[in-house]
Amino acid sequence: MTQWMIKTGASRYGLAMWYFLAAALLLAAPLFTSDFRLNLLAKFLAFAIAAVGLDLLWGYTGILSLGHGVFFGLGGYAMAMHLKLQASGGRLPDFMDWSGLTKLPWFWMPFQSFGGAVLLGMAIPAAVALFLGFFTFRNRIRGVYFTILTQALVIISVTLITGQQAFTGGTNGITGYGQILGHSLAAPETKLALYYVTAGVLLATFVLARIVVKSRFGKVLRAIRDGENRVRFLGYDPSRYQMGVFVLSATLSGIAGMLFVLHVGIISPSMMGIVPSIEMVLWVAIGGRGTLIGAALGALLLNGAKSAFSESYPDIWLFFMGALFIVTTVFLPRGIAGLAVDGWRKARRIVRRRKEVPEHERKGYSAV
Amino acid sequence: MDVFWLQLFNGISVSSILLLIALGLAVTFGQMNVINMAHGELIMVGAYATYMTQKLFQSYLPASWFSQYFLLSIAASFAAAFLIGLLLEKTLIRFLYGRPLDSLLATWGVGLVLQQLARSIFGAPNVGVKSPSWLEGGLSVTQGLVLPYKRLFILALVAVCLLAMFLYIYRTTAGRRMRAVMQNRDMAACLGISTRRVDSLTFAIGSGLAGIAGCALTLIGPIGPTIGTYYIVDAFMVVVLGGVGKLVGTVFGALGIGMTNTLFEYWTTASLGKVLVFLCIVAFLQWKPKGFVAMRTRSLD
Amino acid sequence: MRQTGTKIKKRHMGKGLLAAVSLALVLGGCGQNEPAAGSASPAASPAAGASSGESGDGIKVGILHSLSGTMAISEVSVKDAEMMAIDEINAKGGVLGKKLIPVVEDGASDWPTFAEKARKLLSEDKVATVFGGWTSASRKAMLPVFEELNGLLWYPVQYEGLESSPNIFYTGATTNQQIVPAVSWLLENRGKKMYLLGSDYVFPRTANKIIKAQLAAEGGELAGEEYTPLGHTDYTTIISKIKAAKPDIVFNTLNGDSNVAFFKQLKDAGISAADLTTLSVSVAEEEIRGIGADVLEGHLAAWNYYQTTDTPENKTFVEAYKAKYGADRVTADPIEAGYDAVYLWAAAVEKAGSTDVAAVKEAAKELEWDAPEGKVKIDGETQHLYKTVRIGEVQADGQFKEVWSSGEPVKPDPYLKTYAWASGLSSGS
Repeated sequence: MTQWMIKTGASRYGLAMWYFLAAALLLAAPLFTSDFRLNLLAKFLAFAIAAVGLDLLWGYTGILSLGHGVFFGLGGYAMAMHLKLQASGGRLPDFMDWSGLTKLPWFWMPFQSFGGAVLLGMAIPAAVALFLGFFTFRNRIRGVYFTILTQALVIISVTLITGQQAFTGGTNGITGYGQILGHSLAAPETKLALYYVTAGVLLATFVLARIVVKSRFGKVLRAIRDGENRVRFLGYDPSRYQMGVFVLSATLSGIAGMLFVLHVGIISPSMMGIVPSIEMVLWVAIGGRGTLIGAALGALLLNGAKSAFSESYPDIWLFFMGALFIVTTVFLPRGIAGLAVDGWRKARRIVRRRKEVPEHERKGYSAV
Repeated sequence: MDVFWLQLFNGISVSSILLLIALGLAVTFGQMNVINMAHGELIMVGAYATYMTQKLFQSYLPASWFSQYFLLSIAASFAAAFLIGLLLEKTLIRFLYGRPLDSLLATWGVGLVLQQLARSIFGAPNVGVKSPSWLEGGLSVTQGLVLPYKRLFILALVAVCLLAMFLYIYRTTAGRRMRAVMQNRDMAACLGISTRRVDSLTFAIGSGLAGIAGCALTLIGPIGPTIGTYYIVDAFMVVVLGGVGKLVGTVFGALGIGMTNTLFEYWTTASLGKVLVFLCIVAFLQWKPKGFVAMRTRSLD
Repeated sequence: MRQTGTKIKKRHMGKGLLAAVSLALVLGGCGQNEPAAGSASPAASPAAGASSGESGDGIKVGILHSLSGTMAISEVSVKDAEMMAIDEINAKGGVLGKKLIPVVEDGASDWPTFAEKARKLLSEDKVATVFGGWTSASRKAMLPVFEELNGLLWYPVQYEGLESSPNIFYTGATTNQQIVPAVSWLLENRGKKMYLLGSDYVFPRTANKIIKAQLAAEGGELAGEEYTPLGHTDYTTIISKIKAAKPDIVFNTLNGDSNVAFFKQLKDAGISAADLTTLSVSVAEEEIRGIGADVLEGHLAAWNYYQTTDTPENKTFVEAYKAKYGADRVTADPIEAGYDAVYLWAAAVEKAGSTDVAAVKEAAKELEWDAPEGKVKIDGETQHLYKTVRIGEVQADGQFKEVWSSGEPVKPDPYLKTYAWASGLSSGS
């Protein structure tokens, strides 16, 4: 762990190469996949954005949130509200009509414009995170207490949204949209474009997260993870950093939620609940916390596995998922990324035994 | 006036049920720091053990004995959950001490497997448990105030479990060993305590308590593969609100949540009441970040 | 220091390699089904319905229910009934001379998952039709997918009405085949003061809105209205409120597990069916097994079918179901409606001579069938069924005794257009 904090320059070429390869694969994916699989992949990419955000909070700062489903859901609702208003074409959305509303509630107004919805989809999760974080981190609530607090946040949000059916669509959530910015959501071209948008946002998230991790801010985050009190004694105020990363992480979840709605066509309180919130943490844990690529891959692989298992064994797929969680936590405490690193090192050692490593390769590293 | 007394009794009764489902968690989570997400499924194991006991009585024993099955089923549910807890500890949890968040993930997996196992063995629909005849009806205090025997029985059961746990932890050698290991593992090991055995036993006892909770819940609630999910969050809230590591804190936590819940639900609606209770929990933790009864410690972090 | 640097660099290389390999794997996995999925003209895939689901030796049909999660307690049995119907049809030679091949998917009690799996069934497996759903939320989540891909969904559960999608056939009751007649019957026979209790989701809220309008029109009185969160398990406070309100009737729209807690605790509070009439619309034979017949004895429910419904078709249906899944299993209204759905679809396909969605819909119009519940007929206009309404009372053996029936199948009216008092409920869509 402490090794990761040491920085000795970066092999920019190597890194750029991997990024380029990943980008190329994402770019080329539509050539190989059916519409349905591409849609699934796009959804997973949206999840990966949330996973990277959660990793910044958990893997790098050591704060475990079991409430990120809420932020994901808030972003999703913002986008869904916009799409629903578009689909209703000036009339009241259907669920308001049968719930007895006669007029659009005031807080739905800003969602009539796409820009406003996108902005609020990021601003609302950020504001909720800031509000909660402001009190919680200053009161030095941490560890498991913070985790349980975020679960309370989940219960509050889900119960509220479910209960206010006239304003939020209740358990059904918000579904049944037609188009986005004048393009039909059902059209293959729109789906392809949305896929590329999601892949682009994921790459941008990656670059942003890397910048954060590399910055002085990121160093303080890791210092907080490894010894909060030492950081405080050194004159930093950890709560500000914690607040900052919590807000960033919540915003990324909100963005992921918005993209999710575009691909799946529904948002409902079930996406904000305890189970999705825990699943998000599982992606990061199994991918490898503290490594950005691990978090993203965890989201992709775990959701891929979930789809594959549930399609092949619809009656008993929970056995496989459960076993997967147990086995990875026990045998791969650092996740798949940790496994890959170990494997690579072992391979290198064998190779090196045969031939000495040339000096120019020892340039340094960068943790991604 | 009757309504006031009835609601007071309801509040206490809800608190006692919360305490019962949280008691096992107060041991596994409070004492051992294992975030046991499978706690709800251990409750489910207890409920199904009760169902099995009832089935056996119906099939193999004379009908006149039937109403006595429930006493045996308390022991059976404890034993079933105890054994599963022991197995879990020996094969899984022991690798995860000192990694509480990892224990969360692994036990989540265990929970999924247990749910599916219940579904595969007993079928997906709920099963029914017939309450013993001696728990039917209630104690009439006044005309409008009837206290159901089942609720009174659960209250008594909780009291017994709590007393037993207090005696075990503070009055027996095994309990003293347990406290020693939980407070300072290395020192305890140096003094010749087998920490492995203490760990196994503690976790198994915590699981067994969850089993008893499951047995009691068959009297008032559903019995199905997913019932664990209804109770798990509440159980964690109780333990955390009370203060991790102190049994008496858990009692306060249960009373706090149970009473406010009943009050808010009566004044407002069930949904709004639930929201208000959880808002209170969030606010309360801001005021007392370590819960009602904090462990005194000189160590930082 | 130098040493560390090198080590760490390799870590990073390892991660990069992992990234590339895994991404390739994910993509590979995604592309795996490509040969089967990629039809001749990918752009036209939604409209390519002419021979949907028909392959050389069989016809694929989708079954999409929650097999895990909280809704599995109800939905697994419906899946069982649908599988049984498919087996029966196959044993008699299939449809259009081809065997039916069921493709089962798990909706996992999660609405977005229902949407995902529906899309998978339609666009990957190219099933001819899908039987599935239970909650209104799952149906609402699947509806846009079926309309977009022009698929066909058979939805087997009573629901809150106010909907008629051209891509859905509703084989459960709509409000005028269950709730509205039940309320009228209660007002005539059991009293005027009604307390509405439901779970906090769409069906109970919409149903209660309808009931309130009906109470106002038919001289009833509202004693109270209460909603509890899904999965709520403590009803002592609610029961206190009911006691204080002193209603003649509790109209119960609680869902699933909550019914178990409510009825057990109602009995503990010393209130029996003789003291207070309750009528439930989501408690059927299977729920009775989970609650206990001793707890429910004397309480009422409104459905279109009971295991005790006396028709020759029902006799064979119940016998076959028990023979296949065990003597302790029971049949119930949604189970029967799921079974009907498969037979109705098969009959429509036979009549149309094809599995094409438009042709099947056309053939299904006014189609009649002798179901276990008696004669049913598809209403061409709304794609709902004509169904007989029945009110039943729970007996000590866990079965229902019919206390009232409409006598003949009632025409479905999902928007309640034929009721004057319902005109203000919805602006219609």
